Amino acid sequence: MKILLPFLGVIGIVLVAFVGVGLLNLQYLFGVIIPYTAFAVFLAGVVLRILKWGRSAVPFCIPTTVGQQKSFPWIKRNRFDNPSNNFEVIVRMALEVLLFRSLFSNTSTALKEDERRLVHQSSKWLWLGGLAFHWSFFIVLLRHFRLFMDPVPASLYLVESMDGFVQLGVPVLYWTGLILLISVTYLFIRRVVITNVRYISLPNDHFPLLLVLFIALTGLIMRYVLKVNVISVKAFTVGLFSLKPNLTQDLGLIFYIHLLLVSVLLAYFPFSKLMHSAGVFLSPTRNMPNNSRRIRHINPWNYPVKVHTYEEYENDFRDKMKTVGLPLEKE
Amino acid sequence: MSNLKPDELSRINYTPPEEDWMAVPVQMRKGMYCHGASENSLTTVGFPNPRKWSSADTDWKLPDNWQEIVLKGMAERLEKYRSFHIFMDICVRCGACADKCHFFLGTGDPKNMPVLRAELLRSVYRREFTTAGKILGKLSGSRQLTEDVLKEWWYYFFQCTECRRCSVFCPYGIDTAEITMIARELLNLLGLNIEWIAGPVANCYMKGNHLGLEPHTITSSIDFLLDEIEEVTGVKIEPTFNRKGAEILFVTPSGDLFADPGTYTCMGYLMLFHQLGLDYTWSTYASEGGNFGSFTSNEMGKRLNSKIYAEAKRLGVKWILGGECGHMWRVLNQYMDTWNGPADFLQVPVSPITGTVFENAASTKMVHISEFTADLLKHNKIEIDPSRNDHYKVTYHDSCNPSRGMGLLEEPRYIIKKVCNNFFEMPENTIREKTFCCGSGSGLNASEDMELRLRGGFPRANAVKHVHDKHGVNMLSCICAIDRAALTTLMDYWVPGVKVIGVTELLANAMKMKGENDRETDLRGEPLSGAQDGEEKEDSEDA
Repeated sequence: MKILLPFLGVIGIVLVAFVGVGLLNLQYLFGVIIPYTAFAVFLAGVVLRILKWGRSAVPFCIPTTVGQQKSFPWIKRNRFDNPSNNFEVIVRMALEVLLFRSLFSNTSTALKEDERRLVHQSSKWLWLGGLAFHWSFFIVLLRHFRLFMDPVPASLYLVESMDGFVQLGVPVLYWTGLILLISVTYLFIRRVVITNVRYISLPNDHFPLLLVLFIALTGLIMRYVLKVNVISVKAFTVGLFSLKPNLTQDLGLIFYIHLLLVSVLLAYFPFSKLMHSAGVFLSPTRNMPNNSRRIRHINPWNYPVKVHTYEEYENDFRDKMKTVGLPLEKE
Repeated sequence: MSNLKPDELSRINYTPPEEDWMAVPVQMRKGMYCHGASENSLTTVGFPNPRKWSSADTDWKLPDNWQEIVLKGMAERLEKYRSFHIFMDICVRCGACADKCHFFLGTGDPKNMPVLRAELLRSVYRREFTTAGKILGKLSGSRQLTEDVLKEWWYYFFQCTECRRCSVFCPYGIDTAEITMIARELLNLLGLNIEWIAGPVANCYMKGNHLGLEPHTITSSIDFLLDEIEEVTGVKIEPTFNRKGAEILFVTPSGDLFADPGTYTCMGYLMLFHQLGLDYTWSTYASEGGNFGSFTSNEMGKRLNSKIYAEAKRLGVKWILGGECGHMWRVLNQYMDTWNGPADFLQVPVSPITGTVFENAASTKMVHISEFTADLLKHNKIEIDPSRNDHYKVTYHDSCNPSRGMGLLEEPRYIIKKVCNNFFEMPENTIREKTFCCGSGSGLNASEDMELRLRGGFPRANAVKHVHDKHGVNMLSCICAIDRAALTTLMDYWVPGVKVIGVTELLANAMKMKGENDRETDLRGEPLSGAQDGEEKEDSEDA
């Protein structure tokens, strides 16, 4: 059920586009209104969410230290796993966000039943799958800007030429499209097959994976199988991006399906766990230096508390303290 | 002690049940949880809802508006703690944390996977505080806050030792310790604490330490240790208490005064400071380094911690030296200055022996004993005979908090390597920042939850067993008072033959003192291996 519902949801989206455009000819709704609305929801949602997080205080300096602290010059410290200043924090965050450093150190533990021994081994599949997924998704997105902009910036051609794989006739096959499809499939299968991961998964863990999977699939079909007319698509998307949408072109049903899937992803994004992409930058266990003994961290809502003072303590125990000769404030 | 034999207890099934976790109601199993907080303990510090109750009862005597209290508490904390807010929102349930928790590895209970432990709270958060949760309901993984849910929280948030191991592996740094701390604050709003925490908190508030040692008991406990030291070394030591004008205030967990093997570590402090001629004082008012208050609420942590600076100010010391303790150093490193600082009445700590300025403690003015000692050894200020520890084959357990809440990894190792000839590390993925908890941290070191503790300590014990089998390790060293108590029980159960020792005890064994006699035993009264050899020779001659 946890998997079936999200699957049906994605299929439903495809069907809606199929019916809406293929049968009802609602091109303007699906080509203009929905994408614009989705993008507006995405932008506003993300901004509001970040503002909401930003309004929450950071009362304590609580980095998770994953290496040697800075103490003496003769003890080698671990700068980027236990940063002691803001520069080192930036490097730590960069390594985390760009290379998934924490996941790189992932281990998996197994109990050797016969000898009752726990074995902890390095496990890099999740790291590899995750990294491949995010980077290929990012580059595919970047490449799409060729369709959004006219003229195309020179740097984009560079990305494309590096991404070009083998020329199997026309069009050129891109590495990243393929990697995206493989990695998102891996992430989905992993979630279904590994029992503990399946157990912790919610419908809203399966849904975005399936959504991206279908986005990638429709994109690849459009490019390599049905070979939609890129010039018409570009004319439309450039119009969309320059806020002068024109629907004079015949774009093909598959394009509308792809576009609706993307629109749903955009609108869904701010309300879902996909916000981890922004949240990771604000995570106090990662984005703070471990320097709270050297520089005082201020808690904005620090307030005075009721304490048991020395005076009260001495009043409670004066006689006993006197017997054993402890110095007193009042005899 | 658990009725189950180690062989049975280590038969662990990691496969989750068929039903969805939300459909499986909490089953509170005896041996896996602690007694509820007593009326008395809660009243002493003014905690809410003090009453007679038992965690084993069905009726927990909650206030009528308990849901409102919890939800209001959540709303307040979402604004007060960005950590909490973000950690509620951004988990993708990738599962990287799942097999990192010692309680999951020791029980196989899926709700001990850090991700699910957090989901216990998140499911309610989603329903009450998110748009998606309100619209999609159960489909978004949300649920209502019922009494069963509350009991589930209580059971599982007191099955987390706030060790932060999961946070090391989480790609977003989601820290279950943080979530557990908030969850315990929420439970505390309803008087749902455990007595093993609430009792020490009340003690510490009124008497200055968790054990409730009154001033005259503290001095007599130390007198007893001084006699022991004199017996072993022939050196007579006279420390001072509550002395104004001392250069340094020394604060250590009260557990070190109370029971062995912690007392041996305490003897180590006394011997080291005497040998150095350190101008320092103990305090009976600030006689606790640890902070069980931090296991109930931020506010209580602050109330207890305040005594350290207050006493340093009253006595007019220059800086503060802290003993070996785990969560104490999480608090001192990440909370104390923020709570009760600025300590502008103190000076940047300088070692009077080596002249080293402890720049890393420039603001808190509080130095860790291992930093202090490592610096002494680096400058050859103590004469060491490591062969006095030759009867020990030593390994080292990184306490969770100094490793993942501070990064104090090399200083203790530097000391151990200087004072011992036989040192063996446990496997790489079980030490340093990846260290496994003793299973009894964050106030769970009671006796009624022994099965939980033994299970939680299984991964740690398992790694010790590895070096015990491979290298004949017979001594597990650490820098934590709870470890010294908890690991001893753990070793007796899982790896008999391995004892537990504080790093400062190892140091004191090896340290040559002015005017000492020819030492024949270590601090525990056990013959040194040289002396032992001698005896054995005599024995063989007799035969």
